[in-house]
Amino acid sequence: MRFEHKDLLDIESLSIKDINMILDTAEGMKEISNRPIKKVPTLRGKTIVLFFQEPSTRTKLSFDIAAKRLSADTISISSGSSSIVKGETLIDTAKNLESMNPDIIVIRHPSSGAAELISRRVKASVVNAGDGLHAHPTQALLDMMTVREKKGRIEGLNISIIGDIAHSRVARSNIEGFTKMGATVTVAAPPTMIPKGVEKLGCKVTSDIESCIENADVVMMLRIQKERQESILFPTEREYSMLFGLSSHRLKGAKRDVLVMHPGPMNRGVEINSDVADGEHSVILEQVTNGVALRMAVFYLVAGGLKNAD
Amino acid sequence: MKIRLKGARVLDPKNIDDFKDIIISDDKIEAIIDPNISTPDNDNIIEIDITGMVAVPGLIDLHVHLREPGYEYKETIETGLKAAAKGGFTAVCPMPNTSPVNDNSSITAFMVSRAKELQNSKFSYKQSISSDKLGVESLYSGVCKLFPVGAITKGLQGESLCEYSDMKKAGMVAISDDGRPVQNARVMRRAMEYAKGLGLPIISHCEDIDLARDGAMNEGVVATKLGIKGIPNASESTIVMRDIALAELTGASLHIAHVSCEESVDAIRNGKKRGVKVTAETAPHYFTLTDEAVSRYDTNAKMNPPLRTESDRQAVIAGLIDSTIDIIATDHAPHSLLEKDVEFDRAAFGIVGLETSLGLSMKLVQDGQLSFENLIEKMSKRPASILGINNDLKAGNPADITIIDIDAFWSVNPKTFLSKSRNTPFTGFSLKGEVYMTIVNGKIAYQRDS
Repeated sequence: MRFEHKDLLDIESLSIKDINMILDTAEGMKEISNRPIKKVPTLRGKTIVLFFQEPSTRTKLSFDIAAKRLSADTISISSGSSSIVKGETLIDTAKNLESMNPDIIVIRHPSSGAAELISRRVKASVVNAGDGLHAHPTQALLDMMTVREKKGRIEGLNISIIGDIAHSRVARSNIEGFTKMGATVTVAAPPTMIPKGVEKLGCKVTSDIESCIENADVVMMLRIQKERQESILFPTEREYSMLFGLSSHRLKGAKRDVLVMHPGPMNRGVEINSDVADGEHSVILEQVTNGVALRMAVFYLVAGGLKNAD
Repeated sequence: MKIRLKGARVLDPKNIDDFKDIIISDDKIEAIIDPNISTPDNDNIIEIDITGMVAVPGLIDLHVHLREPGYEYKETIETGLKAAAKGGFTAVCPMPNTSPVNDNSSITAFMVSRAKELQNSKFSYKQSISSDKLGVESLYSGVCKLFPVGAITKGLQGESLCEYSDMKKAGMVAISDDGRPVQNARVMRRAMEYAKGLGLPIISHCEDIDLARDGAMNEGVVATKLGIKGIPNASESTIVMRDIALAELTGASLHIAHVSCEESVDAIRNGKKRGVKVTAETAPHYFTLTDEAVSRYDTNAKMNPPLRTESDRQAVIAGLIDSTIDIIATDHAPHSLLEKDVEFDRAAFGIVGLETSLGLSMKLVQDGQLSFENLIEKMSKRPASILGINNDLKAGNPADITIIDIDAFWSVNPKTFLSKSRNTPFTGFSLKGEVYMTIVNGKIAYQRDS
């Protein structure tokens, strides 16, 4: 068994075997974070660049901690401090990074396809930490890891994703990932937030949140981005919350062992109420914990970790 | 000086389709004669044997961007006109979105005089022909004709009209705010009315800017998968419908640019049925490719309007077949790597097209969708009639002739382009049907190497 990919760019290019390998490896990594000395020498001497061209707290920190727990050296570049503000192109920045011989480049960028564009130009492994509206593969993988851990399986489960599907790379990667692993994915949102042809990715589409919750094993809420209001997607947050917000009342219609997930950051009182976010069904913070282990696994695998372990 | 083109099939739709010899005297066609008639005055005539080729009236491209003045790093009038000649075009109509914009007679006059200068400069074309191929240097020129399209509104701002009459005197043949379409229906109405009085066609790039905002490719499943914001068909078709209604109101001659989708084809078909003076064009990429071509974030498959779906592609072909779509234009839009070798959403819209148009369009003939004669209508005769030019192959007319090797196979290699830019999605395409020679005003503007 070996991980055949130089990069992790999206879920689409992963096979079921690849996904299982990543999730299995991540489970093994989880224990490291519970040790008194949270560090293994696995990636000692490796350099990981965290190249973030979009605001991020959780994801960047998660990648950074993951790298450090594997003893890699990390360097972080963010939008304000990079030469991009001086007019350098993305490709030039990437080539310059490449000249300093990093082993892995983690990139977040507002343009869809940016991670792939860079991966074609550099020898280093590229890990996509979110590109535009396209993909956020490590988020989808940590979501799958969390579901598998809690439910013992992914196949056969009903996953409901509720919120702004059109502007969510998390939704796209999760639709692809969970569908690939044999779950049934349903997305629910006002039609303004449903991208054209999304059902061709293999999910069902509804604008009825009640029915969407009723059959779900997992309810995943997406962040409503306030800055999107200029694209006229919904009248007010109040109306959105009434129509699509997850309240404890609504959740009563769900299965008793339903899991509530959210990729964060949450808008409490808009897409999710506090009693649900902090309630017994919520695994939101466990998603964050698993994020570190999952990203450790991704670093380990793209760095060639299993190459000699046939 | 005289030339005798020998041995070709001469095809001019509704006029000639026969094996004839063409006698050119200076810049004019002197006669089209039977091959076995010998030329009376034999001492000063150069014979060019083009047996096996088809000679047609010169192709005309109603929609190109030559980038000069202002963006000479992408294309110049010289490189653009050479690329055009290589593509078989004897005339092209550059759009006004240069810098400064062609919204006044001095810019129009500059473009016209630059083209004239190139046509008259001795032998400006030497990249791929050895200078003495026929032993007579003065037989060659490097470029085709240029008929500028002026702006509808000052600075393409969509607000006030330009001095169409003054610009027409300087050589302008039509008006368009291509690339920055007029959003205000009242301004468009007035432009149509005013242009009608001057006999100028109005070329409309139909796009509702608000509907298309932030979009970078066709709205649909491919865009959804790639996470790229979409441009719906309705952003084009609503303005097609608006402008047809305005043409009906004003009686102006409306030409719809680069039709890409089914709804627009339907709207134009209906407009024609009602007798509105509307004509339309599409470009080879819209009947050759679909939005699937974008699937690896290929910025060379990014243009505006965007590549649509298979059903749109079929509707465009159906529109060509029933002549709802009158002509094929290229929307030749050169861009450098600076604009194309970047993130997809930041890349410029547009592809080059002059040097691939005929080969791609010949595919419609090979697939039995258009007759060859009909294709020549769409690439030569109809564009000429929209511009009010008579380009029949007949004695007395300017010798603008395209000679096509319809059975030649070739493959698209951007390195061989005469255009300054290489932004094509057709690299490596195998095509059948190639330009052998382009004659403009009696001079050879392009000749294939062998």
